[in-house]
Amino acid sequence: MGGGASNPVIRLVGVEKALGGQPVLNGINLEIAGGKLTTVIGRSGGGKSVLLKHMIRLLKPDRGQVLVDGVDITRLGPRELNEVRKKFAMLFQGAALFDSLTVFENVAFPLREKTKLKEAEIEGKVLEMLDQVGLTGMGHKFPAELSGGMRKRAGLARALVMGPEIILFDEPTTGLDPLLARTIHDLIVETQRKFGFTAVMVSHEIPEVFGISDYVAMLLDGVIVEMAPPDEFQRTRHPAVREFINVGPRSEAAASGVGKEAQ
Amino acid sequence: MMLFLIGTFAWMARPPFRFMQVLKQIHFIGVKSLFVIVLTGSFTGMVLGLQGYYSLRKFGAEGLLGSAVALSLIRELGPVLSALMVTGRAGSAMTAEIGIMRITEQIDALETMAVSPMQYLIAPKLLASILIMPLLASIFDVIGIYGGHLVGVELLGVSSGSYTGSMESSVEWKDVYGGMLKSLSFGLIMAWICTYKGYHTTMSAEGLGQATTDAVVLSSVLVLIWDYFLTSVLL
Repeated sequence: MGGGASNPVIRLVGVEKALGGQPVLNGINLEIAGGKLTTVIGRSGGGKSVLLKHMIRLLKPDRGQVLVDGVDITRLGPRELNEVRKKFAMLFQGAALFDSLTVFENVAFPLREKTKLKEAEIEGKVLEMLDQVGLTGMGHKFPAELSGGMRKRAGLARALVMGPEIILFDEPTTGLDPLLARTIHDLIVETQRKFGFTAVMVSHEIPEVFGISDYVAMLLDGVIVEMAPPDEFQRTRHPAVREFINVGPRSEAAASGVGKEAQ
Repeated sequence: MMLFLIGTFAWMARPPFRFMQVLKQIHFIGVKSLFVIVLTGSFTGMVLGLQGYYSLRKFGAEGLLGSAVALSLIRELGPVLSALMVTGRAGSAMTAEIGIMRITEQIDALETMAVSPMQYLIAPKLLASILIMPLLASIFDVIGIYGGHLVGVELLGVSSGSYTGSMESSVEWKDVYGGMLKSLSFGLIMAWICTYKGYHTTMSAEGLGQATTDAVVLSSVLVLIWDYFLTSVLL
Protein backbone atom coordinates (compact mmCIF):
# COMPACT_ATOMS: atom_id res chain seq x y z
CA MET A 1 0.00 0.00 0.00
CA GLY A 2 3.02 2.20 -0.49
CA GLY A 3 1.43 4.37 -3.14
CA GLY A 4 -0.87 5.90 -0.54
CA ALA A 5 -0.52 9.47 -1.59
CA SER A 6 -1.38 8.69 -5.19
CA ASN A 7 -4.36 6.60 -4.11
CA PRO A 8 -5.72 8.19 -0.98
CA VAL A 9 -8.42 6.44 1.04
CA ILE A 10 -9.79 9.71 2.38
CA ARG A 11 -9.55 12.98 0.52
CA LEU A 12 -10.78 16.34 1.75
CA VAL A 13 -11.16 19.01 -0.89
CA GLY A 14 -11.68 22.64 0.11
CA VAL A 15 -13.60 21.76 3.26
CA GLU A 16 -14.99 24.78 5.06
CA LYS A 17 -16.96 24.75 8.29
CA ALA A 18 -18.18 27.40 10.68
CA LEU A 19 -19.57 26.51 14.09
CA GLY A 20 -21.72 29.02 15.95
CA GLY A 21 -20.83 31.68 13.37
CA GLN A 22 -17.11 31.14 14.03
CA PRO A 23 -15.08 29.81 11.08
CA VAL A 24 -13.22 26.66 12.18
CA LEU A 25 -12.07 25.07 8.93
CA ASN A 26 -11.13 27.43 6.11
CA GLY A 27 -10.55 25.25 3.09
CA ILE A 28 -8.94 21.99 4.18
CA ASN A 29 -7.13 20.01 1.50
CA LEU A 30 -5.88 16.72 2.87
CA GLU A 31 -5.15 13.25 1.58
CA ILE A 32 -4.96 10.25 3.88
CA ALA A 33 -2.84 7.39 2.58
CA GLY A 34 -4.23 3.86 2.79
CA GLY A 35 -2.73 1.53 5.39
CA LYS A 36 -0.70 4.30 7.01
CA LEU A 37 -0.88 6.21 10.25
CA THR A 38 -1.43 9.91 9.65
CA THR A 39 -1.40 12.28 12.60
CA VAL A 40 -2.93 15.74 12.54
CA ILE A 41 -1.39 18.08 15.08
CA GLY A 42 -2.47 21.57 15.99
CA ARG A 43 -3.46 23.76 18.87
CA SER A 44 -6.20 22.91 21.33
CA GLY A 45 -9.50 24.25 20.11
CA GLY A 46 -8.01 24.62 16.65
CA GLY A 47 -10.55 22.36 14.97
CA LYS A 48 -8.68 19.06 14.86
CA SER A 49 -11.61 17.05 16.23
CA VAL A 50 -13.96 18.94 13.94
CA LEU A 51 -11.75 17.93 11.02
CA LEU A 52 -11.81 14.29 12.12
CA LYS A 53 -15.60 14.29 12.51
CA HIS A 54 -15.96 15.44 8.91
CA MET A 55 -14.25 12.27 7.70
CA ILE A 56 -17.12 10.14 8.98
CA ARG A 57 -19.78 12.83 8.54
CA LEU A 58 -20.60 13.36 12.14
CA LEU A 59 -20.31 16.91 10.84
CA LYS A 60 -21.21 18.10 7.38
CA PRO A 61 -19.03 20.71 5.68
CA ASP A 62 -20.51 24.08 4.70
CA ARG A 63 -18.50 23.85 1.49
CA GLY A 64 -16.16 21.33 -0.05
CA GLN A 65 -16.03 17.58 -0.50
CA VAL A 66 -15.09 14.61 1.64
CA LEU A 67 -14.22 11.59 -0.49
CA VAL A 68 -13.92 8.14 1.03
CA ASP A 69 -12.63 5.64 -1.52
CA GLY A 70 -13.67 8.14 -4.16
CA VAL A 71 -17.25 8.54 -2.89
CA ASP A 72 -18.33 12.01 -1.82
CA ILE A 73 -19.93 11.28 1.56
CA THR A 74 -21.32 14.78 1.97
CA ARG A 75 -24.06 13.92 -0.55
CA LEU A 76 -25.08 10.48 0.65
CA GLY A 77 -28.49 9.55 2.03
CA PRO A 78 -28.73 7.76 5.39
CA ARG A 79 -28.64 4.26 3.93
CA GLU A 80 -25.59 4.77 1.72
CA LEU A 81 -23.90 6.68 4.49
CA ASN A 82 -24.34 3.72 6.84
CA GLU A 83 -22.70 1.50 4.22
CA VAL A 84 -19.67 3.82 4.09
CA ARG A 85 -19.58 4.04 7.88
CA LYS A 86 -19.18 0.28 8.10
CA LYS A 87 -15.62 0.78 6.86
CA PHE A 88 -14.91 3.02 9.81
CA ALA A 89 -14.39 2.88 13.50
CA MET A 90 -13.72 5.80 15.77
CA LEU A 91 -12.06 6.07 19.15
CA PHE A 92 -13.49 9.13 20.86
CA GLN A 93 -11.72 11.49 23.22
CA GLY A 94 -13.58 10.22 26.27
CA ALA A 95 -13.83 6.73 24.72
CA ALA A 96 -17.66 7.20 24.51
CA LEU A 97 -18.40 3.78 25.96
CA PHE A 98 -22.11 3.16 26.53
CA ASP A 99 -22.35 3.49 30.26
CA SER A 100 -25.45 1.35 30.61
CA LEU A 101 -23.52 -1.62 29.20
CA THR A 102 -20.59 -3.57 30.63
CA VAL A 103 -17.19 -3.51 28.96
CA PHE A 104 -17.93 -6.88 27.39
CA GLU A 105 -21.30 -5.69 26.06
CA ASN A 106 -19.69 -2.52 24.75
CA VAL A 107 -17.13 -4.44 22.72
CA ALA A 108 -19.78 -6.93 21.61
CA PHE A 109 -22.17 -4.14 20.63
CA PRO A 110 -21.06 -3.61 17.00
CA LEU A 111 -20.91 -7.38 16.46
CA ARG A 112 -24.41 -7.91 17.81
CA GLU A 113 -25.77 -4.97 15.84
CA LYS A 114 -24.06 -5.43 12.52
CA THR A 115 -23.21 -9.09 12.13
CA LYS A 116 -25.14 -12.34 12.31
CA LEU A 117 -22.51 -14.11 14.38
CA LYS A 118 -23.62 -16.60 17.00
CA GLU A 119 -23.30 -15.60 20.62
CA ALA A 120 -20.47 -18.09 21.17
CA GLU A 121 -18.45 -16.62 18.30
CA ILE A 122 -19.09 -13.11 19.56
CA GLU A 123 -17.88 -14.09 22.99
CA GLY A 124 -14.70 -15.59 21.55
CA LYS A 125 -13.96 -12.46 19.52
CA VAL A 126 -14.66 -10.07 22.35
CA LEU A 127 -12.50 -11.96 24.84
CA GLU A 128 -9.69 -12.09 22.31
CA MET A 129 -9.96 -8.33 21.74
CA LEU A 130 -9.96 -7.63 25.48
CA ASP A 131 -6.80 -9.73 25.76
CA GLN A 132 -5.21 -7.73 22.93
CA VAL A 133 -5.71 -4.42 24.73
CA GLY A 134 -4.73 -5.80 28.13
CA LEU A 135 -8.18 -5.89 29.71
CA THR A 136 -8.33 -9.61 30.41
CA GLY A 137 -10.98 -10.39 33.00
CA MET A 138 -12.42 -6.86 33.00
CA GLY A 139 -15.41 -7.65 30.79
CA HIS A 140 -17.96 -7.65 33.59
CA LYS A 141 -17.12 -4.11 34.76
CA PHE A 142 -19.08 -1.02 33.87
CA PRO A 143 -17.30 1.93 32.23
CA ALA A 144 -17.79 4.04 35.37
CA GLU A 145 -15.69 1.54 37.32
CA LEU A 146 -12.69 1.88 34.99
CA SER A 147 -9.82 4.34 35.03
CA GLY A 148 -9.33 6.73 32.11
CA GLY A 149 -6.64 4.56 30.55
CA MET A 150 -8.71 1.40 30.82
CA ARG A 151 -11.67 3.16 29.24
CA LYS A 152 -9.50 4.16 26.28
CA ARG A 153 -8.36 0.55 25.94
CA ALA A 154 -11.94 -0.67 26.03
CA GLY A 155 -12.80 1.96 23.41
CA LEU A 156 -9.93 0.72 21.30
CA ALA A 157 -11.14 -2.86 21.61
CA ARG A 158 -14.61 -1.78 20.50
CA ALA A 159 -13.09 0.07 17.55
CA LEU A 160 -10.97 -2.90 16.49
CA VAL A 161 -13.49 -5.68 16.92
CA MET A 162 -15.19 -5.27 13.55
CA GLY A 163 -11.87 -5.28 11.72
CA PRO A 164 -12.49 -1.85 10.15
CA GLU A 165 -10.55 -0.50 7.19
CA ILE A 166 -10.18 2.93 8.71
CA ILE A 167 -9.92 3.99 12.35
CA LEU A 168 -10.14 7.57 13.51
CA PHE A 169 -8.47 8.40 16.81
CA ASP A 170 -9.61 11.58 18.52
CA GLU A 171 -6.81 12.54 20.93
CA PRO A 172 -6.40 9.00 22.23
CA THR A 173 -3.94 9.99 24.96
CA THR A 174 -5.32 13.28 26.26
CA GLY A 175 -5.66 13.24 30.02
CA LEU A 176 -3.35 10.27 30.54
CA ASP A 177 0.03 10.30 32.25
CA PRO A 178 3.08 10.04 29.94
CA LEU A 179 3.64 6.34 30.62
CA LEU A 180 0.04 5.43 29.94
CA ALA A 181 0.05 7.67 26.88
CA ARG A 182 3.01 5.73 25.57
CA THR A 183 1.27 2.41 26.20
CA ILE A 184 -1.78 3.58 24.27
CA HIS A 185 0.40 4.84 21.43
CA ASP A 186 2.26 1.55 21.34
CA LEU A 187 -1.03 -0.29 21.29
CA ILE A 188 -2.26 1.80 18.37
CA VAL A 189 0.92 1.31 16.37
CA GLU A 190 1.09 -2.37 17.19
CA THR A 191 -2.48 -3.06 16.12
CA GLN A 192 -2.13 -0.81 13.08
CA ARG A 193 0.92 -2.76 11.87
CA LYS A 194 -0.80 -6.03 12.66
CA PHE A 195 -4.17 -5.37 11.03
CA GLY A 196 -2.99 -2.87 8.41
CA PHE A 197 -5.92 -0.48 8.75
CA THR A 198 -5.72 3.16 7.73
CA ALA A 199 -5.34 5.30 10.81
CA VAL A 200 -5.99 8.98 11.28
CA MET A 201 -5.01 10.38 14.65
CA VAL A 202 -5.54 13.79 16.11
CA SER A 203 -3.07 14.63 18.82
CA HIS A 204 -0.82 17.21 20.38
CA GLU A 205 1.63 14.78 21.89
CA ILE A 206 4.84 16.24 20.53
CA PRO A 207 7.44 14.83 19.98
CA GLU A 208 5.83 11.44 20.68
CA VAL A 209 3.82 11.41 17.43
CA PHE A 210 6.92 11.76 15.27
CA GLY A 211 8.10 8.37 16.43
CA ILE A 212 4.91 6.53 15.54
CA SER A 213 3.33 8.26 12.54
CA ASP A 214 3.90 7.64 8.85
CA TYR A 215 2.73 11.15 8.02
CA VAL A 216 2.25 14.26 10.14
CA ALA A 217 0.01 17.14 9.15
CA MET A 218 -0.33 20.48 10.91
CA LEU A 219 -3.64 22.29 11.17
CA LEU A 220 -3.25 26.01 11.68
CA ASP A 221 -5.95 28.67 11.43
CA GLY A 222 -8.29 26.23 9.75
CA VAL A 223 -5.94 25.07 6.97
CA ILE A 224 -3.36 22.30 6.62
CA VAL A 225 -0.11 24.24 6.42
CA GLU A 226 2.33 21.35 6.32
CA MET A 227 2.14 17.65 5.65
CA ALA A 228 5.07 15.27 5.36
CA PRO A 229 6.67 12.14 6.79
CA PRO A 230 7.96 12.86 10.32
CA ASP A 231 11.64 13.40 9.41
CA GLU A 232 10.86 15.83 6.68
CA PHE A 233 8.15 17.47 8.79
CA GLN A 234 10.61 18.22 11.57
CA ARG A 235 12.88 20.05 9.11
CA THR A 236 10.07 22.37 8.04
CA ARG A 237 10.81 26.01 7.36
CA HIS A 238 7.29 27.19 8.20
CA PRO A 239 7.84 29.54 11.18
CA ALA A 240 4.58 28.84 13.01
CA VAL A 241 5.03 25.09 12.63
CA ARG A 242 8.61 25.33 13.88
CA GLU A 243 7.43 27.29 16.87
CA PHE A 244 4.74 24.70 17.64
CA ILE A 245 6.93 21.64 17.44
CA ASN A 246 9.93 23.19 19.13
CA VAL A 247 8.28 24.17 22.39
CA GLY A 248 11.01 23.11 24.77
CA PRO A 249 11.61 23.63 28.45
CA ARG A 250 9.87 26.47 30.21
CA SER A 251 12.51 29.20 29.74
CA GLU A 252 12.43 29.01 25.96
CA ALA A 253 8.73 28.55 25.64
CA ALA A 254 7.57 31.28 27.94
CA ALA A 255 7.52 33.92 25.25
CA SER A 256 5.73 31.88 22.61
CA GLY A 257 2.51 31.23 24.53
CA VAL A 258 2.03 28.02 22.60
CA GLY A 259 1.05 25.04 24.68
CA LYS A 260 -0.29 27.07 27.59
CA GLU A 261 -3.77 26.04 26.84
CA ALA A 262 -4.37 22.54 28.06
CA GLN A 263 -7.58 20.88 27.03
CA MET B 1 -39.17 19.30 16.33
CA MET B 2 -41.83 17.92 14.04
CA LEU B 3 -39.11 16.39 11.86
CA PHE B 4 -37.60 14.77 14.94
CA LEU B 5 -40.92 13.11 15.73
CA ILE B 6 -41.55 11.99 12.17
CA GLY B 7 -38.00 10.66 11.93
CA THR B 8 -38.47 8.65 15.09
CA PHE B 9 -41.68 7.09 13.83
CA ALA B 10 -40.02 6.28 10.53
CA TRP B 11 -37.18 4.49 12.34
CA MET B 12 -39.66 2.76 14.63
CA ALA B 13 -41.30 1.11 11.65
CA ARG B 14 -38.00 -0.16 10.29
CA PRO B 15 -36.27 -3.38 11.38
CA PRO B 16 -34.51 -4.42 13.53
CA PHE B 17 -37.27 -4.08 16.13
CA ARG B 18 -35.86 -3.52 19.56
CA PHE B 19 -38.16 -5.40 21.87
CA MET B 20 -35.62 -5.61 24.65
CA GLN B 21 -35.10 -1.87 24.58
CA VAL B 22 -38.85 -1.26 24.69
CA LEU B 23 -39.23 -3.67 27.60
CA LYS B 24 -36.43 -1.92 29.48
CA GLN B 25 -38.15 1.40 28.96
CA ILE B 26 -41.53 0.03 30.01
CA HIS B 27 -39.84 -1.13 33.17
CA PHE B 28 -38.20 2.24 33.71
CA ILE B 29 -41.14 4.48 32.81
CA GLY B 30 -43.93 2.22 34.01
CA VAL B 31 -42.93 -0.15 36.76
CA LYS B 32 -40.67 2.32 38.50
CA SER B 33 -43.41 4.99 38.44
CA LEU B 34 -45.92 2.71 40.16
CA PHE B 35 -45.13 3.84 43.67
CA VAL B 36 -45.51 7.52 42.93
CA ILE B 37 -48.69 6.85 40.91
CA VAL B 38 -50.25 4.84 43.74
CA LEU B 39 -49.31 7.49 46.27
CA THR B 40 -50.58 10.49 44.31
CA GLY B 41 -53.61 8.56 43.08
CA SER B 42 -54.75 7.62 46.57
CA PHE B 43 -54.38 11.12 47.96
CA THR B 44 -56.04 12.71 44.95
CA GLY B 45 -59.00 10.36 45.42
CA MET B 46 -59.10 11.07 49.12
CA VAL B 47 -59.11 14.82 48.70
CA LEU B 48 -61.78 14.51 46.01
CA GLY B 49 -63.84 12.49 48.46
CA LEU B 50 -63.44 15.16 51.09
CA GLN B 51 -64.13 18.17 48.85
CA GLY B 52 -66.89 16.41 47.00
CA TYR B 53 -68.65 15.37 50.17
CA TYR B 54 -68.83 18.89 51.61
CA SER B 55 -69.83 20.47 48.31
CA LEU B 56 -72.50 17.88 47.58
CA ARG B 57 -73.88 17.98 51.11
CA LYS B 58 -74.95 21.59 50.54
CA PHE B 59 -77.41 20.26 47.98
CA GLY B 60 -78.18 17.14 49.95
CA ALA B 61 -76.65 15.09 47.22
CA GLU B 62 -73.95 13.14 49.11
CA GLY B 63 -75.16 10.04 47.38
CA LEU B 64 -73.62 11.27 44.14
CA LEU B 65 -70.13 11.32 45.66
CA GLY B 66 -69.04 8.14 43.86
CA SER B 67 -70.07 9.56 40.52
CA ALA B 68 -68.28 12.87 41.15
CA VAL B 69 -65.05 11.22 42.23
CA ALA B 70 -65.01 8.65 39.45
CA LEU B 71 -65.87 11.05 36.65
CA SER B 72 -63.31 13.67 37.63
CA LEU B 73 -60.65 11.01 37.94
CA ILE B 74 -61.40 9.07 34.78
CA ARG B 75 -61.97 12.06 32.56
CA GLU B 76 -59.43 14.53 33.88
CA LEU B 77 -57.33 14.02 36.91
CA GLY B 78 -56.16 10.49 36.25
CA PRO B 79 -54.67 11.15 32.82
CA VAL B 80 -53.40 14.65 33.61
CA LEU B 81 -51.89 14.07 37.03
CA SER B 82 -50.31 10.75 36.13
CA ALA B 83 -48.80 12.38 33.03
CA LEU B 84 -47.40 15.21 35.14
CA MET B 85 -45.98 12.82 37.71
CA VAL B 86 -44.38 10.61 35.07
CA THR B 87 -42.95 13.67 33.33
CA GLY B 88 -41.32 14.76 36.56
CA ARG B 89 -39.97 11.31 37.31
CA ALA B 90 -39.20 9.62 34.00
CA GLY B 91 -39.27 12.50 31.52
CA SER B 92 -36.57 14.45 33.30
CA ALA B 93 -34.45 11.30 33.53
CA MET B 94 -34.91 10.71 29.79
CA THR B 95 -33.64 14.20 28.98
CA ALA B 96 -30.68 13.83 31.31
CA GLU B 97 -29.76 10.37 30.02
CA ILE B 98 -29.88 11.32 26.36
CA GLY B 99 -28.20 14.65 27.08
CA ILE B 100 -25.28 12.97 28.82
CA MET B 101 -24.99 10.52 25.95
CA ARG B 102 -24.82 13.50 23.60
CA ILE B 103 -22.19 15.34 25.65
CA THR B 104 -19.98 12.27 26.13
CA GLU B 105 -20.21 11.49 22.39
CA GLN B 106 -22.05 8.21 22.94
CA ILE B 107 -24.64 9.31 20.38
CA ASP B 108 -21.87 10.06 17.88
CA ALA B 109 -20.40 6.64 18.68
CA LEU B 110 -23.72 4.99 17.78
CA GLU B 111 -23.73 6.85 14.48
CA THR B 112 -20.18 5.84 13.64
CA MET B 113 -21.24 2.22 14.18
CA ALA B 114 -24.01 2.77 11.64
CA VAL B 115 -26.67 2.35 14.35
CA SER B 116 -29.40 4.99 14.25
CA PRO B 117 -29.72 6.76 17.63
CA MET B 118 -33.32 7.48 16.68
CA GLN B 119 -34.03 3.80 16.40
CA TYR B 120 -31.89 2.57 19.25
CA LEU B 121 -32.51 5.31 21.81
CA ILE B 122 -35.47 7.50 20.99
CA ALA B 123 -38.02 5.16 19.42
CA PRO B 124 -38.15 2.66 22.34
CA LYS B 125 -38.72 5.50 24.81
CA LEU B 126 -41.50 6.96 22.69
CA LEU B 127 -43.20 3.63 22.15
CA ALA B 128 -42.94 2.62 25.80
CA SER B 129 -44.40 5.96 26.93
CA ILE B 130 -47.36 5.67 24.59
CA LEU B 131 -48.06 2.11 25.72
CA ILE B 132 -47.57 2.60 29.42
CA MET B 133 -49.19 5.96 30.09
CA PRO B 134 -52.83 4.77 29.71
CA LEU B 135 -52.04 1.89 32.03
CA LEU B 136 -50.60 4.18 34.67
CA ALA B 137 -53.59 6.49 34.36
CA SER B 138 -55.93 3.50 34.85
CA ILE B 139 -54.10 2.51 37.99
CA PHE B 140 -54.28 6.11 39.16
CA ASP B 141 -58.06 6.09 38.54
CA VAL B 142 -58.71 2.85 40.39
CA ILE B 143 -56.60 3.77 43.39
CA GLY B 144 -58.19 7.22 43.42
CA ILE B 145 -61.69 5.76 43.44
CA TYR B 146 -60.69 3.59 46.40
CA GLY B 147 -59.25 6.68 48.10
CA GLY B 148 -62.53 8.50 47.61
CA HIS B 149 -64.36 5.48 48.97
CA LEU B 150 -62.13 5.41 52.01
CA VAL B 151 -62.86 9.03 52.89
CA GLY B 152 -66.47 9.26 51.75
CA VAL B 153 -67.75 5.91 52.97
CA GLU B 154 -65.47 4.89 55.82
CA LEU B 155 -64.85 8.30 57.36
CA LEU B 156 -67.81 10.48 56.43
CA GLY B 157 -70.53 7.87 56.36
CA VAL B 158 -71.87 7.91 52.81
CA SER B 159 -73.44 4.55 52.15
CA SER B 160 -71.22 2.20 50.22
CA GLY B 161 -74.09 1.21 47.97
CA SER B 162 -74.83 4.72 46.82
CA TYR B 163 -71.10 5.42 46.27
CA THR B 164 -70.66 2.51 43.88
CA GLY B 165 -74.20 2.73 42.55
CA SER B 166 -73.93 6.36 41.48
CA MET B 167 -70.57 5.57 39.94
CA GLU B 168 -71.93 2.68 37.93
CA SER B 169 -74.90 4.65 36.66
CA SER B 170 -72.95 7.72 35.55
CA VAL B 171 -69.64 6.51 34.17
CA GLU B 172 -69.90 5.49 30.53
CA TRP B 173 -67.43 3.70 28.31
CA LYS B 174 -67.06 6.95 26.41
CA ASP B 175 -65.49 8.52 29.50
CA VAL B 176 -63.06 5.66 29.88
CA TYR B 177 -62.01 5.72 26.23
CA GLY B 178 -61.64 9.51 26.35
CA GLY B 179 -59.34 9.23 29.36
CA MET B 180 -57.29 6.53 27.67
CA LEU B 181 -56.95 8.61 24.52
CA LYS B 182 -55.81 11.54 26.60
CA SER B 183 -53.14 9.67 28.50
CA LEU B 184 -51.92 8.02 25.31
CA SER B 185 -51.39 11.40 23.71
CA PHE B 186 -49.81 12.74 26.91
CA GLY B 187 -47.33 9.87 26.76
CA LEU B 188 -46.44 10.90 23.25
CA ILE B 189 -46.04 14.55 24.21
CA MET B 190 -43.85 13.77 27.20
CA ALA B 191 -41.50 11.40 25.41
CA TRP B 192 -41.32 13.63 22.36
CA ILE B 193 -40.38 16.81 24.23
CA CYS B 194 -38.08 15.14 26.74
CA THR B 195 -36.08 13.13 24.22
CA TYR B 196 -35.90 16.08 21.83
CA LYS B 197 -34.53 18.38 24.53
CA GLY B 198 -31.92 15.83 25.58
CA TYR B 199 -30.90 15.07 22.00
CA HIS B 200 -30.35 18.75 21.24
CA THR B 201 -28.68 19.79 24.47
CA THR B 202 -25.73 22.15 24.35
CA MET B 203 -22.35 20.76 25.29
CA SER B 204 -22.16 21.75 28.95
CA ALA B 205 -23.41 20.75 32.37
CA GLU B 206 -25.30 24.01 32.54
CA GLY B 207 -26.83 23.40 29.13
CA LEU B 208 -27.96 19.97 30.24
CA GLY B 209 -29.53 21.36 33.41
CA GLN B 210 -31.35 23.92 31.31
CA ALA B 211 -32.48 21.27 28.84
CA THR B 212 -33.92 19.13 31.64
CA THR B 213 -35.79 22.08 33.16
CA ASP B 214 -37.10 23.13 29.75
CA ALA B 215 -38.19 19.59 28.98
CA VAL B 216 -40.22 19.19 32.17
CA VAL B 217 -41.78 22.65 32.01
CA LEU B 218 -42.60 22.48 28.32
CA SER B 219 -44.09 18.99 28.45
CA SER B 220 -46.18 19.84 31.51
CA VAL B 221 -47.52 23.00 29.90
CA LEU B 222 -48.21 21.23 26.62
CA VAL B 223 -50.01 18.42 28.43
CA LEU B 224 -52.37 20.95 30.06
CA ILE B 225 -52.97 22.90 26.85
CA TRP B 226 -53.53 19.74 24.82
CA ASP B 227 -55.86 18.51 27.56
CA TYR B 228 -58.07 21.54 27.09
CA PHE B 229 -58.30 21.07 23.34
CA LEU B 230 -58.91 17.37 23.57
CA THR B 231 -61.59 17.85 26.23
CA SER B 232 -63.39 20.42 24.12
CA VAL B 233 -63.45 17.96 21.23
CA LEU B 234 -64.41 14.94 23.30
CA LEU B 235 -67.27 16.53 25.23
